[in-house]
Amino acid sequence: MSNTKPVLSLKDIQKHFGAVTAIENFSLDIHPGEIVALVGDNGAGKSTLIKIISGVYAPSSGTITIEDETVSMASAEIARSHGIEVVYQDLALADQQSVYMNMFLGREITNKIGMLDRKTMISETQKLVDELDVRIPSPHATIRDLSGGQRQGVAIARATRWAKKVILLDEPTAALGVAETAKVEEIVESLKRRNIGVLIISHSLDQVFRLADRVCVLRRGQQIGIRETAKTDKNEIIGMITGLQQSDAA
Amino acid sequence: MSQSKPGNPTSANAAASRSLRQIVGRINLQQYVVYFGFLAIFLFFAITLGDNGFLSIRNLSNIVLQTAPATILAIGLVFVLSAGEIDLSFGSIVAVSALAAAVVMNEYGMVAGIAAGMGAGLLAGAINGTVVAFVRLPSFLVTLATMGLFAGIARSMTNLRSIPVLDGDFAGFFGSGSFLGIPSLIWWTVLAVAVGHFIYRETRFGAHVLATGDNPQAASVSGIKVARIRLYVLMLSGGLAGLAGLLYAGRLQAAKYTLGESDLMTVIAAVIVGGTLLHGGRGTIIGALIGSLMMGMLNNGLILMGLSVSDQMIVRGLIILAAVAVSLREKAR
Repeated sequence: MSNTKPVLSLKDIQKHFGAVTAIENFSLDIHPGEIVALVGDNGAGKSTLIKIISGVYAPSSGTITIEDETVSMASAEIARSHGIEVVYQDLALADQQSVYMNMFLGREITNKIGMLDRKTMISETQKLVDELDVRIPSPHATIRDLSGGQRQGVAIARATRWAKKVILLDEPTAALGVAETAKVEEIVESLKRRNIGVLIISHSLDQVFRLADRVCVLRRGQQIGIRETAKTDKNEIIGMITGLQQSDAA
Repeated sequence: MSQSKPGNPTSANAAASRSLRQIVGRINLQQYVVYFGFLAIFLFFAITLGDNGFLSIRNLSNIVLQTAPATILAIGLVFVLSAGEIDLSFGSIVAVSALAAAVVMNEYGMVAGIAAGMGAGLLAGAINGTVVAFVRLPSFLVTLATMGLFAGIARSMTNLRSIPVLDGDFAGFFGSGSFLGIPSLIWWTVLAVAVGHFIYRETRFGAHVLATGDNPQAASVSGIKVARIRLYVLMLSGGLAGLAGLLYAGRLQAAKYTLGESDLMTVIAAVIVGGTLLHGGRGTIIGALIGSLMMGMLNNGLILMGLSVSDQMIVRGLIILAAVAVSLREKAR
């Protein structure tokens, strides 16, 4: 797996909020087509880390490298321009707009004279939801009329449309039922084929073991360790999350 | 579709047909309430007042002429509401703009007067927009305050005096004149509706306005500059209030601090009845036009029926209440 070059590389990332250390010394490589899970208890720093990668927070120190290029994620726009997309926990969709307008939210396609090119946006949306097998009634459907799983499918499809390198998923199935969770997991799984690196936050270890190639454990801002899911088990990970097992570095 | 039995909610087909039914159901009732209302009121007056001149071409075209300023204000309000904001001050801006135009025009000529009127409207809108977008105060409170502020300025500008508009070209251009046999007020209405509809429906700006009103957080993380959108919609509302002020001044050939005073309720009612959501994210310019014409027709019909001013107000209030109740109840679902 480490034959390929990492698409995203975090090195010695630290984040302090005043005197509080939110993240201390975090390093992680994500390879194209790889799914890495980020686990840890509430307050471990998972969301902070996602926000650092997506440009919402600037790290206090450390470097972020995208395909050999060291970048500074000064804003969400910069992160997006580097091909990094986030699917937020609370679904950043505009409820009363159509699926296709959400797909192109803030990046609408226009024709030569500045008119919205609905035809292109609709057909691209249709193509994408077909490819990812997101079952929605139509690209014209209003988000509000969709189920939770369909919405999350739309959110992931949107991220896929724009992400060239990395997709960050912040608990994508937290609010979903069993069948819908399975559907969303299928979609996440299919991202591997697109050679996109995926970092997923999840509270469900079952899900982590179903989806992820590697799992990275955080505890109180500390990076406890990284394991390949094939070479570990739930007990070890739980031990790492709860602190029964000390950090690799210690 | 209606034959599929309930009880199998997991099947994608059932879910699809259910949401399709929801969509169809909502569109029917929500978007078209105003057309049924318009038709119902028209038929009612046509039957009861048919002999009283309601149906005469002259009367019908009068209705359109009289609603021109309200329609133009309604277009601005559709943008403001769609962005999740509100503007209560446009009536006062109408007066300030009309007075500014009249005073400057009598001194420096028509072009300067038009510039002064439009400039005053845009400036007032920019003040609203700046406070809302960058000081981050709720537009309801900001424009409630500036409604009083601008009304006070309008009163003090000329010490409550009415200012005659002496320029004949101006009166023709904005008021009583006509072009190709069609009154200029109708031209202005058509132009404003067409441009407004185009911007609202067909441009990125329109899409960003809707996204901002729908889910500002989502709009913001998607790279939309929501503060700038809020500034622009309130400036647009101010600018259109300036244009409405010019139309009033042109038609009445005078400007007074009372202009636009009574438009607030009418315009809000026209826009809401027309199918624009009060809390943002969805709206229609054409609906607002129909809503505005409906309010004008109501005014006209009640006068022809011989109702006293106080009775007119009561009946109008009740009808607005009923119409708003119908259109909002459908939307709540």
